[in-house]
Amino acid sequence: MGKPKTIIEKIWDQHVVHQEDGKPDLLYIDLHLVHEVTSPQAFEGLRLKDRQVRRPDRTYATMDHNVPTIHRNVIKDEVSKTQMETLKKNCEEFNIPLADIDHPDQGIVHVIGPELGLTQPGKTIVCGDSHTSTHGAFGALAFGIGTSEVEHVLATQSLWQARPKTLNVKVNGKLGTGVTAKDLILAIIAKYGVRFGTGYVIEYTGEAIHSLSMEGRMTVCNMSIEAGARAGLISPDDTTVEFLRGKRHAPQGADFEKAAAEWKALATDEGATYDATVEINADEIEPQVSWGTNPGMVIPVSAQVPSPDDAETANEKDAINRALEYMGLEANQPISSVHIDHVFIGSCTNSRLSDLRKAADILQGNKVAPNVKAIVVPGSHSVKVAAEQEGLDVIFKQAGFEWRDAGCSMCLAMNDDVVPEGERCASTSNRNFEGRQGTGARTHLVSPEMAAAAAIEGHFVDVRKYSVPTA
Amino acid sequence: MEPIRTHKGIVYPLNRANIDTDQIIPKQFLKRISRQGFGQFLFYNWRFHNDGEPRKEFSLNDQKYKNASILVAGENFGCGSSREHAPWALQDFGFKVIIAPSFADIFYNNCTKNGILPVRLTEEQTEKLINNAESSTYSITVDLENKVVYDSEDFKATFDLPDYQREMLLNGWDEIAVTLTHDDKITQFEEQRILK
Ligand code: SF4
Repeated sequence: MGKPKTIIEKIWDQHVVHQEDGKPDLLYIDLHLVHEVTSPQAFEGLRLKDRQVRRPDRTYATMDHNVPTIHRNVIKDEVSKTQMETLKKNCEEFNIPLADIDHPDQGIVHVIGPELGLTQPGKTIVCGDSHTSTHGAFGALAFGIGTSEVEHVLATQSLWQARPKTLNVKVNGKLGTGVTAKDLILAIIAKYGVRFGTGYVIEYTGEAIHSLSMEGRMTVCNMSIEAGARAGLISPDDTTVEFLRGKRHAPQGADFEKAAAEWKALATDEGATYDATVEINADEIEPQVSWGTNPGMVIPVSAQVPSPDDAETANEKDAINRALEYMGLEANQPISSVHIDHVFIGSCTNSRLSDLRKAADILQGNKVAPNVKAIVVPGSHSVKVAAEQEGLDVIFKQAGFEWRDAGCSMCLAMNDDVVPEGERCASTSNRNFEGRQGTGARTHLVSPEMAAAAAIEGHFVDVRKYSVPTA
Repeated sequence: MEPIRTHKGIVYPLNRANIDTDQIIPKQFLKRISRQGFGQFLFYNWRFHNDGEPRKEFSLNDQKYKNASILVAGENFGCGSSREHAPWALQDFGFKVIIAPSFADIFYNNCTKNGILPVRLTEEQTEKLINNAESSTYSITVDLENKVVYDSEDFKATFDLPDYQREMLLNGWDEIAVTLTHDDKITQFEEQRILK
């Protein structure tokens, strides 16, 4: 028996093509996902040097960032249109499969990968998008890259990468009723800060993690980048295997059983060590709301907005002051007293079928507060169709939500779904940076359940008030 | 990619931590399909009002920094989105060196692939540079060959970066061309995996 290894080391060792002293390793890439925003310059680079795409069969493209979510085929913005047409042209020229705007498989790149079974344990997966870490939920080593690296992977199906340090984020105990994977990851980042993961690949371990559904695991891994980590993953278990059974691009029949055994063998060995470990107790976590302008500025829903007087350093004081000003909040104001103008349920963090189900549960029989504009944007066309088959669209619409087509939408507001200046949005997305949802827009990150409850009441409220089982 | 060996230039101080790539270049400017011309949009929402009028209070609009080519900022510079438009915008605006106590991983890589030199100094050292540059027009020299930053007076600091990235920057290499010299190994790797 060799030395016990983490899943991160196992996947790494299986993918090293070339090693040389004083250099990063040349790592083979199994799956390269592509979208319209970060790829045009990469394809242009190939053309300028007369280079080919090495493995179009390991590459898969979709359109998500720019696509309209109503009036699908009326793209007013000429530049958006050019970007989408450019992707189409590039995929045709280089023979890359593309789920374009009218395709039944279209959706947010990190939603459709798992849905189609392209995402599998043990794979190395990259995309010119920082939330590629989402795919780590399956026990894949998945990370975001820049456009130069996109070009490099297109041309060589490999990347030069320094072996990362490993970080164990151990989540003990169980999450309480009404407390979700989103609250968990927000609480972790609130506790340890927006850069505790820098230079590491995170493995999330512990009882609370393995009790999560695959959807919940994707939500957690999705936001690894918000902790500074390039990737976050979870060792495969039975939940992982069952999710993939029957998925279109997963192995089928006897091959599936063989693959399943290999996947489970990738799990971190008993006794393996990490470069660092942090712990958190799941039972202490409440539903969370972000109050500031980075994903570490997060508090429990029962808490008050921080005050500059709480700051330990001058820089921190400055940051709190700037965030309060941008967000239009008072120090020490209870977060539950904050009124909202918009609700956005969507994004690669929280737009899968189970997210929509949970939000609909809260909304059933209720109405969105007057003056609140609420939209639901399913993560993919198939999520939309499945939700409609269950009648979720009807619940949302009756409550007063708009029911949209799939895309990134108001997560980054590159299409027409923009939060106007100075207005406030309860959002299930992952980033509350200044201007993220529109210039001057104010974003509060929450779970889908918390977003639904806020939509009803017009301000933030502890969703557990709704999910307490009635006697 | 242009090689970078030694660079002397004016420092622009931006004393904030966690500057994310959404601030460096807001998403409304990501729709172009070329690498050029992003400089005009650098820090757009900080530099301009909605009607396009420059915000007087934002320091980059100060004439004093017009020819700055070295940006010094707080920790965790370049966090958030992986958009390479961020280094493209910085470079197009005229920045050749970025100094901070720490950088987000993807941003750091994106810089080195575009001939921008990211330099990690300690918190005290960056603060010193920021203070000096806030009070007067202040130039420093960044010497990548010897991995040292100094001014004409008494400031001198060494820094580190991985050898591989240093070589790339010093020589302005085309990384894909380097990788393609290992093409046979990639093919071999692919063949072995199919057999397995
Ligand atoms: S939903 Fe948001 S975070 Fe996710 S890929 Fe789209 S823009 Fe990025």
